[in-house]
Amino acid sequence: MRQAIYLLPLVLFLLLAGTIGWFMTKNEIEDRDTQALPSVLIDQPAPQFDLPPLAGIAPGLARADLGGRPALVNFFASWCLPCRAEHPILMALAEEGAVAIYGVNYKDPEADARDWLEALGNRYERIGIDATGRTAIEWGVYGVPETFVIDAKGRVRYRHVGPVLERDMERTIRPLLAEIGG
Amino acid sequence: MALGLALCAALAAPALAVQPDEVLADPALERRARDIGQELRCLVCQNQSIDESDAPLARDLRVLVRERLTAGDTDEEIMAFVTARYGDFVLLEPPFKAKTWLLWLAPAGILALGALVVLTSARRRGARAEPDPLTPEERTRVDALLAERRGGNRAP
Repeated sequence: MRQAIYLLPLVLFLLLAGTIGWFMTKNEIEDRDTQALPSVLIDQPAPQFDLPPLAGIAPGLARADLGGRPALVNFFASWCLPCRAEHPILMALAEEGAVAIYGVNYKDPEADARDWLEALGNRYERIGIDATGRTAIEWGVYGVPETFVIDAKGRVRYRHVGPVLERDMERTIRPLLAEIGG
Repeated sequence: MALGLALCAALAAPALAVQPDEVLADPALERRARDIGQELRCLVCQNQSIDESDAPLARDLRVLVRERLTAGDTDEEIMAFVTARYGDFVLLEPPFKAKTWLLWLAPAGILALGALVVLTSARRRGARAEPDPLTPEERTRVDALLAERRGGNRAP
């Protein structure tokens, strides 16, 4: 019985290794990005902002435009390569018409943003120009692209850090939109 | 030489990324801005403060901190403003609260546990140094063995 105490370090080690292993593989299995930071805005009303339009492309975007129906707010820039990767995926969702897709153009020369959207096609219903990046700070954005799911009450339900790829759309965003009635 | 090195190490400040055009004219406000900037994490690089980081977002936050200081906000108000948007992760020193008490108390707890283990094992060892008294049977056996020995060394 006394000898059992010598097994304690081994038991403790196995417990520790098991816990670490569980946390490491859990994110792999759930396909979650462990680098992405959680947003403090989840289930909170979207922050106040009022951004000017990208003239000739789409009207501007303000807090008052959110709510009423589910929407995505996508922070993007023409200089951002991953934004180019997610653009067709977001635009395909916009095409279906059930969900409003709004863009916030982050720290981009207007001409560049216009060229980019003309080349790749625009299905953003509204685009706000955030030239200073202040609106991004209001949303807790720490890099582009970031995409927020907003429900019909104007609350933030989800934040996606990085490009929304096909599997993010299918596994996370579409199910959530279905749940909130998009 | 060693003294010189020690002095250099002691005086070495982290390399700051604060640009001359960001610096406030009022040195007292600028000092407060530096103190705040050292405590806020740059979320792009994550292991640097916003004062040490060259990331554009870090610069935006430095400018924001200075704007709010100039507008008359207290340090606490500025910290609250930033954490309301970026969460506790933006603080390089996590706050003590319901979610973090384990983080803060675990080192002291583990130390106390270790001390307890050392103390009890030392006490047990001390107790073992004082052997149990001999039982009457043992006493007679020892006496017999000693008597045998006194009787002269026999070949084994």
